[in-house]
Parts: sequence; C-alpha cells; structure tokens
Amino acid sequence: MLNRRSDLPLNKDPATRFLPWLIAFMVYLAALAVAGVMVLDRVSSDWEAGVSHTLTVQIPPGEDEEKDQEILTNALNLLNRTHGVAQARAVPLSEVMTLLEPWLGKSDTIGNLPLPMLIDVELAAASAIDLPQLTRDLEKITPGVSVDDHSVWLQRLIQLVQSIQMLAASVLGLIGFATVGTLVFTTRAGLALHHPIIETLHLIGAHDSYVGRQFGHHAMVLGLKGGVIGVGFAVPTLFVIGYLAGRLESTLLPDLALGLFEWTVLAILPVITALIARVTARATVQRRLKKMI
Amino acid sequence: MAEKQEIVVRFENVGLRYGVGPEVLRDISFQLRGGSFHFLTGPSGAGKSSLLRLMYLAQRPSRGLITLFGQDIATTARDKLPLVRREIGVVFQDFRLLDHLSAFDNVALPLRVANTPESDVRKHTEELLAWVGLKNHMDARPPTLSGGQQQRVAIARAVITQPKLLLADEPTGNVDDGMAFRLLHLFEELNKLGTTVVIATHSHALIERLGHPILTLTDGKMTGGAPVFDPLARPRAGQPQPRGGQA
Repeated sequence: MLNRRSDLPLNKDPATRFLPWLIAFMVYLAALAVAGVMVLDRVSSDWEAGVSHTLTVQIPPGEDEEKDQEILTNALNLLNRTHGVAQARAVPLSEVMTLLEPWLGKSDTIGNLPLPMLIDVELAAASAIDLPQLTRDLEKITPGVSVDDHSVWLQRLIQLVQSIQMLAASVLGLIGFATVGTLVFTTRAGLALHHPIIETLHLIGAHDSYVGRQFGHHAMVLGLKGGVIGVGFAVPTLFVIGYLAGRLESTLLPDLALGLFEWTVLAILPVITALIARVTARATVQRRLKKMI
Repeated sequence: MAEKQEIVVRFENVGLRYGVGPEVLRDISFQLRGGSFHFLTGPSGAGKSSLLRLMYLAQRPSRGLITLFGQDIATTARDKLPLVRREIGVVFQDFRLLDHLSAFDNVALPLRVANTPESDVRKHTEELLAWVGLKNHMDARPPTLSGGQQQRVAIARAVITQPKLLLADEPTGNVDDGMAFRLLHLFEELNKLGTTVVIATHSHALIERLGHPILTLTDGKMTGGAPVFDPLARPRAGQPQPRGGQA
C-alpha cells in the first residue's frame, strides 16, 4: 500500500527529503502536548470527583478536652441527621498529623499543638445541601466553626489546570498549523518542480484528483514516517517524566503516569499525522491546479 | 458513416496571443470532419505548434470559438476537459516523455489515467510497443533510448487509447524512412478506424506521398488548404496510397 506506483518522481524531491524529520520533530512536541493535556484533564477530573462531594468541618479547639469531645459528638450527630449527608466522621489526630507532615515534619510534638478538630463529611451523590443553614446549625453547637466545601480551592486549582491545558492545546494548535504550513509549502515546491510532468498528465486526460492523489499518497507516507519517529522519541521521554514524577512520592503531585487510553491516543498520532498530511497535500494540489487550463 | 460526418474540430475566428505580444494566430476558421486526415504545414514560426496547442487544449484562445467533438470549449466545465482530452492523442514535438518512467509505463500512462484495468493495460501496451519495434526496450528509460526510439514511444502513447483525434507535431522527424513509413501506416490504420488525424510537418515528400489535404499556415493565418473537409466528397477507395519517394 505504501509503495504505490507513482507517475511523479516525488521520492526524489529535494524539498521533501527532510520532511519526515521535520514532521517527526512536530509530532514529538505534539505528543508531549497531547499527553500533557490528557493527564491534566484526568487530574482535574480526579480532583473534582474527589472533593466535590465532600465537606470539611473544622471546629476550633477549646480549653477543655472533654467539652471538645462533646462538641465533636454533637456536631457529628447533627451532620449525620442532615438531609444529603451520606456519612460524617471525625478525622483522627494521627491522620491530621499525617496531613501536616509535609509542612511541619514528623514529630510527636505536633500532637501537643492546639489543632482544630476535623470532620470529614461525605455527601450523597446528586443531592443538594443548604450550606449556609448547615453552618448556622453548627454555629449553635460551637461558635467559630467553619464549613469548607473546597469550592474556592478547587475552583482556583481547576482554573490553573485549565489554563495549563489551554496553553498546551494552543501549543498543539501551533504545532498543527506549522506542520500544515510546512506541508503546503513543500507541496507547492513539488508542484513547481514537476510542472512539466503535471502538464503532460493533464494533456493526456488526467483529472486534478489523479495528480492530487499522488501528492497526497506521498505526503501520507512521509507523514506516517515522521509520525512514527516522533512518537518513537516521545514515548521514552514520557516514561522518563513519569518515572521522575513517581520518584517525588509527593502527596501534592497527582499520578502523572499515562493510562491505556492516553497510550492509545499517542499510538494513533502517526496515523492522524499521515491523514492530515494526505488531506493537506491533496487540497493544496487541487487548489493550485485549478489555475491551470 | 454518420459518425464520420460529425464535425470533430471547429475553429471560428480564433486568435491567439501570448501575454501582451502580437497575435501569433489570427482569424483562424476551419472545421475537420470525423475520419479526415490532414497535414498542417507552413514555414517555421507560422503558428503550427500554437494551433496544435489550441487543439489539444493546452492553451485557451485569446478570441474566437473552438468546438471539439461538438462541445464549445469555452463553456465546458473545467472538470469535464480531461474527458475531452482523453479523446485526443498527441505526439509532441519534444515528445514529453516522463524520464523517470520506463517506455512501458510511458505508453501505458493514458490507459492508467483513464482507470483501465491493469491486465488490459499490460496487454495493449506490450502489443503496441512490439508493433513500434520496442519490444526489447520496454523497461528502458527514455534518456537511454535514441531520438527515434523516444519518438516511437511518444507515438505509441498517443495512439494507445485509439483516440478520436490524433495530433502529431513532426512525428517522423527523428526516424529513418522505413520506420517513418511504418508509423504513418499506423496513423492511416487509425484513420481508417475513424480517428481524425492532423499531422504538422515540414516534409513535402511526406505530404506528396500520402496525398491528404493540406492546411497551410503563414504568419499566423490560414492561407491555404481545405478549411472544410468532407470525406464523402473524396473517394476513399484505395486509401492513401504511397506516392512518390520516401517520407
């Protein structure tokens, strides 16, 4: 299929000799951008799913530990009775200390600090909760209580991720634009170079599409070659990035490893490149040839 | 017979100028009926090649009307022109062979362009190449062939589709007399089958030998010959017999 007979000596074009490497470079950058967009999309979805159905109730510590415990129990009872709450549980001190570890380090003295009591509230799916009313009810039990639905934090984080995604998508668009532009100019150079042959083909009855198919097929083969080379270089790069991210073992950094879907998309990138190359070359040829008689 | 009376080529007051230069063809009016055989002659620079270029649709006229196979070329949609061109076989003066293709692939090109099945392409191309004496040069590239051999490849490419109209610009200029006679015989055979033939040539010997009507161009104007040729008006019995010396 790839070695189809051609009436035009396109294989010997000096203009297309380096085209696969140029496309490979573009595809390499595109693969990294695509992987970035997909990973960030998954990360923001995970974050959203992880916190959008939860609330964190924070009760400031008092002087009396017994009274604190009583307030905590009352708050838990209130929460568990509230419509729309699936489950409310007090976060153990050990867990709070673990959460603080990245900032304060690992030390038993952290337990002696006046840490607020935390209640992790899981909301029932597809249920609306009256947050201001819940806050007022909790304030009756203990003034100074705060109810955090993570919306502000989540909103900012998602905005950040979306900004990075848009940036990556813009880079991807620019890469696509540059690739198409390169293909257009290369095809035009080929048309100029082979003008006498194309004219002869026309005079013996070839349609524009006949010539366009040959340019399109040639560009497709070059695009496929470039795409395979580009993805071939991108895969180890992504492995290295994933490996380095995994080594950080940070609770802040999400899992950056690519899943099956992401790898599949990267695998079909050369095919997409080849199709873009084919369509671009054919369209360029047919548009140009319309000017001929 | 009715088909032979069809007017294949009609020029009405056709003029041609390249760019802003002077007219290289002026007020050309003639028509050729199906099955006719004409020589186109005239001194160098008279406009023979330009006239042929108009006939094989490499050029649009600056003015006037050209009708091929009953279709007004000016109003024929561009995407329909290839179908008109497939009815025309052309032997170019400079051959216009594709140097990177073999003789076989060059001759097969019109069939492939017309999406002919590959088995038929092979059969017809091999037969024709054998007929023009190039059976042993099928895989040769044009640059490795002599001028005469290239000319035969060009002629084979022009006639392989048995076109309705055959236009040849000095088709026997590079071959020996024997081969010239063979090639002209091929043109006459095609003519017998209904192909309208126009051969541009300087060779008076060739014109005299075959005795077909002449279109004469002088300084861009049609100055002589038979503008309207009716094959019925001319006895066809004993199709052009060779007369006089070798072409």
